[in-house]
Amino acid sequence: MTWDIALILSVDGVAGAAIYLLAGLGLVLVFSVTRVIFVPFGDIAVFSALTLAYLEAGRWPPTIALVAVLAAITAVKEVVAHLRHGRVAKVPAALGTWLGLPLLACVPAQLLAGQELPPLVDIALTLALVLPIVPLMARLVFHPIAHASTLVLLIASLVMHFLMSGLGLLFFGPEGFRTQPLMRGAVELAPGFLVSAQVLLMVGAAAVLAGLFFLAFERTLVGKALRATAVNRTGAQLVGIRPASTAALTYCAVSLLAGFVGILIAPSTTMYYDSGLIIGLKAFVAAIIGGLSSYPLTALGALAVGMLESFASFWDGALKDVIVFSLLIPALMIRSHFSHHSDDDVEEEEV
Amino acid sequence: MTALLAIEDLHVCYGKVEAVHGVSLHLDAGQIVSVIGPNGAGKSTLLSAAIGLLPSQGRILFDGQEIGRLGVEDRVERGLCLVPETRELFGEMSVLDNLQLGAYVRRESKADRRRQLELVYARFPRLAERRTQRAETLSGGERQMLALGRALMSRPRVLMLDEPSLGLAPLIVDEILAIVRGLREDGVSILLVEQNALAALESSDYGYVLESGEVAVEGRSDVLKSDERVFESYLGGV
Ligand SMILES: Nc1ncnc2c1ncn2[C@@H]1O[C@H](COP(=O)(O)OP(=O)(O)OP(=O)(O)O)[C@@H](O)[C@H]1O
Ligand SMILES: [Mg+2]
Repeated sequence: MTWDIALILSVDGVAGAAIYLLAGLGLVLVFSVTRVIFVPFGDIAVFSALTLAYLEAGRWPPTIALVAVLAAITAVKEVVAHLRHGRVAKVPAALGTWLGLPLLACVPAQLLAGQELPPLVDIALTLALVLPIVPLMARLVFHPIAHASTLVLLIASLVMHFLMSGLGLLFFGPEGFRTQPLMRGAVELAPGFLVSAQVLLMVGAAAVLAGLFFLAFERTLVGKALRATAVNRTGAQLVGIRPASTAALTYCAVSLLAGFVGILIAPSTTMYYDSGLIIGLKAFVAAIIGGLSSYPLTALGALAVGMLESFASFWDGALKDVIVFSLLIPALMIRSHFSHHSDDDVEEEEV
Repeated sequence: MTALLAIEDLHVCYGKVEAVHGVSLHLDAGQIVSVIGPNGAGKSTLLSAAIGLLPSQGRILFDGQEIGRLGVEDRVERGLCLVPETRELFGEMSVLDNLQLGAYVRRESKADRRRQLELVYARFPRLAERRTQRAETLSGGERQMLALGRALMSRPRVLMLDEPSLGLAPLIVDEILAIVRGLREDGVSILLVEQNALAALESSDYGYVLESGEVAVEGRSDVLKSDERVFESYLGGV
C-alpha cells in the first residue's frame, strides 16, 4: 500500500466515521435516556434517504402516508386511554400533539411534492417528514412498556426494525436509490490530493451536528434534564422531570439524527430498503466502544469503525463487515478490563 | 383552615407485605411536623408514598385536593418536594447542574433562577465553592447540603426531609436543623423524619411517633418531649 492509497482510504474512512458518529450518538442518547437499544435507527435513515430520492425525482413520497397513519393510530390510542381514565380535558392536547403536529409536518411535503424544487427545500421537507416517525412509533411501542427489562425493550426494538424494513420494501420497492450530491467537484487539500466537495460537506455537516448536540447537552436546561434522566431516573422524577417528555424529546432528536444520516449518506451510497440494518449495527459497534454511555468515546469508536471499514475493504472487500464487527471483541475486552464494578456493569449484564 | 398536607388512612405495600398500616397525618401551613420512630417503622416508606414513588391506598390531600393518583412529577409541580434518604443526586453532573435542575419545574426567568441560586449558595457557602465538582465526589455532608439545596431551588410549599442529619457531625446537624427552622420563616412547611428524635422534637411544632407502620403516639412536640412513654421508648438512648 502506498501513501496515496492510504490517504484516499483515510478520507473514505473519515466520511464513513461521520455517518457512524451521528448514528452512534443517536444510539447512545436513546439508550441512556430510555434503555432502548434502538435497532431501527438505520431503517429511519433509509426512509430519509429514499424520501429525499422520491422528492428529487418529483414523485410523491409514501412517507407522508406512513406518518399520517402512525399519527392517526397514536392519536386514537391516546384519546381512548384518556377517555377510559375520565380525563376528558386532556383529549384536545393529546389530539394536538399526536395528530396535529405530525400532520402539520406532512402538509408542506403534500403540497410541494411532485414539483421541481431546490435541493435544500427537498432536504427540509424530508427532515420534516422523518421527524415525527420515531416519536410516534416509540409512543406506540415503547411508551407502554417503558418499565420493562432491557431485554424486552430490545425485542420490541428488533420487531420495529423488521416492521420498518418491511414497510420500506412495500413503499419504495426493491430497487436502490442515490440522491443528487449537494456539491459537485473536488477540493485540493494538498498538492495532488483531491477530495470531493460532497465528502467534505458530509464530514463538516456531521461535525457541526455533533457539536450542536454536545452544546445542547452541556448548556441547556432541557439537555441537562435528559442527562439527569440518564444518570438517575428517580432523582429526575423528584425534581419534576417527566420521563415521558424526556423520552419524546429524545426520540425527536434521534429522528432528526437519522434523517440527517440518510441525507448525508445517500449521495455517495446507493440505498436500498434494507440498507439500514448494517449502518445501525456498525454504529452500534461505535456505541459499544463508548459503553453506550460516553459520547466522546462513541465519537472515537465511530472513527475506528469508519477507518477499519475503509482499510478492510481495500484488503478484502468480502471480509470487510466481518473485520469491522470483530472490533467488538477487543472493544468489549478492554471495556470489561477497565470497568469498575458500578451501575454500568448491571446495565451491561442486562444487555 | 384545612391542612396543607393531609394524609388519611394510608396503606403502603411492598408486594404482598404491608409496611404502613392506615397512617393519618396532618401538616398545616407554616408548620414543622416531625415523624420519629425506630428503624423499619415505615417512616421512609410513608414519605415515598406521599411523593408518589410508591403506590398507596388511602387519601393524600394537598391544599385540599386529592393528589394520591397523580404521578411524582405532578406532585412536585404542585409544590411538594422530597429529599429522600438516598438523596438521589445526579452523581455524574456538577453541583451547579444539580442545583439548576432543582428548579426544573419552576418555569421562571433566568434572573429569578439565578437569584434563587444565590440564596442557596448563601445558605450553603460550601456548595458555592464546589460548584463545578461532580456530585458523586462530594463528602457525605456536602452531599446532604446539595440535596437540601436542590430541593430549595424548586421553592416547594411542602418540603419532606428524610433524615437530613444522617451521617453528619453534631455541629452540622444543629446547623441543618437551624436552616430547616429558618425555612419555615420563608413560608415552607416541613415534614421532618429524623433518627435524632430529641433534636427533631425540639425543632418541630407537632410530632408523630411511628411504630411498625402505625402511629403509636402523636401530639405537640413539647408535650411529646416530656411524655414519659415516648421518652423511655424513643428518647431513652439519647
Ligand atoms: N423495597 C422494599 N421491599 C420490601 N420491603 C421493604 C422495602 N423497603 C422497605 N421495606 C420494609 O418496610 C419497612 C419500613 O421501612 P422504612 O424504610 O420505611 O423504615 P424507616 O422507618 O425509614 O427506617 P429507618 O429509620 O431505618 O430509615 C421495613 O420493615 C423494611 O424492611
Ligand atoms: Mg428511613
